[in-house]
Amino acid sequence: MNGIHDMGGMQDMGPIRPEKDEPVFHAAWEGRMFALDMAVDGGWPPLDAFRYQIELIPPADYLRMSYYEKWYTALTELMVKYGSLTREELDSGKSAGPAKKTGHVLRGAEVAPMIAAGWPATVEVKVDPQFRTGQRVRARSINPVSHTRLPRYARGKLGTIVQDHGVVVFPDASAQGLGQKPQHVYLVRFAMRELWGAEASPRDSVYISMWDDYLEPA
Amino acid sequence: MAPDLASAQEHDHDHDHDHQAVPSDPALRVKALESLLVAKGLVDRAALDALVDTYEHKVGPRNGARVVARAWVDMAYKGRLLSNATAAIAELGYGGAEGEQMLVVENTAKVHNLVVCTLCSCYPWPVLGLPPVWYKSAAYRSRSVIDPRGVLREFGLELADDVEVRVWDSTAELRFLVLPERPAATEHLNESELAALVTRDAMVGVGRVARSREGAHA
Repeated sequence: MNGIHDMGGMQDMGPIRPEKDEPVFHAAWEGRMFALDMAVDGGWPPLDAFRYQIELIPPADYLRMSYYEKWYTALTELMVKYGSLTREELDSGKSAGPAKKTGHVLRGAEVAPMIAAGWPATVEVKVDPQFRTGQRVRARSINPVSHTRLPRYARGKLGTIVQDHGVVVFPDASAQGLGQKPQHVYLVRFAMRELWGAEASPRDSVYISMWDDYLEPA
Repeated sequence: MAPDLASAQEHDHDHDHDHQAVPSDPALRVKALESLLVAKGLVDRAALDALVDTYEHKVGPRNGARVVARAWVDMAYKGRLLSNATAAIAELGYGGAEGEQMLVVENTAKVHNLVVCTLCSCYPWPVLGLPPVWYKSAAYRSRSVIDPRGVLREFGLELADDVEVRVWDSTAELRFLVLPERPAATEHLNESELAALVTRDAMVGVGRVARSREGAHA
């Protein structure tokens, strides 16, 4: 989706404001929101679906909301969608009864092992790579209407494959519940001048991870 | 929870977003959500406490600093770190969530690396903890890929024209950590003294490591 989240290359977002001695969470509710998402989210829904749900926040809200406000919106929207909560419960704060379909509920003792294991996106299946290291490729000029990890600023641009980093779940499919569609992902080097024109530095470049489906031979 | 994601997501395209109101008071909304999810048997408060504690106290840039200092004093380790970062970082006990697959990129006198996630907020949690607000900000996400030298200047880092800038846009589940240059005249320092000099900013690529902790940002 060509949304506000796909920000690479915009120039009107103002100065960067680093904060001295920034706390991990700026208020207790941020920590609780982070933890709620991690606890509910442990393995469900796919991370890509959560990202997509954040991308569905209307642009003006997306820019105005703080990071963990977006998490609140995305998590509650997904839970309502999946039937874990009703909107009435969410608005009233009152439970209408135990959740009908309760998956595994993460316990305190399970947190450390869950974090240590993580959620690898790599898939142990044999899939032939469509491209090889050193090959010149072009990022496809496509405009998927749903979730994608192909940033707009790279579309249609020429690059060089520098590394194959394995067989990975395809987010465009996974975010929509269309399965894993595992395929190779490569680090692709794009020269700054290819991305931004002749005024860009001739030495500099951007490296972007690209799935097979995002690329075509140059 | 229902795995019927495809039909759940179909709803998105004709969805009017009116109900995605910004929480008027996020602290109250999140508190209500936590109580609701506990009442519905979907969340265990002990898991929430453990998650907050982990990311507030146990996982953070000190982990990455240990990795960097080890690489500075042990050339064999540095070799492993640059060729298989995930395994080398695991040697020090770090890995898992949001660092399932890692790549370490080395800064030298002629190459400067900068890490960004233009599409969301991808960041190497096991070695740096949760990202600071500026890393997740529209300003940083948008400009890092089009004007990395300008972004670095905002952080007080002026690069010579003959230094090559490599920007790493975290579009896949591959997380990047910058191995900063070891400051000059630190031969007398041991590994833990060196680790104390290494800043989060240097490991994202927006700073350098100073010879002493004074003058270091974050």
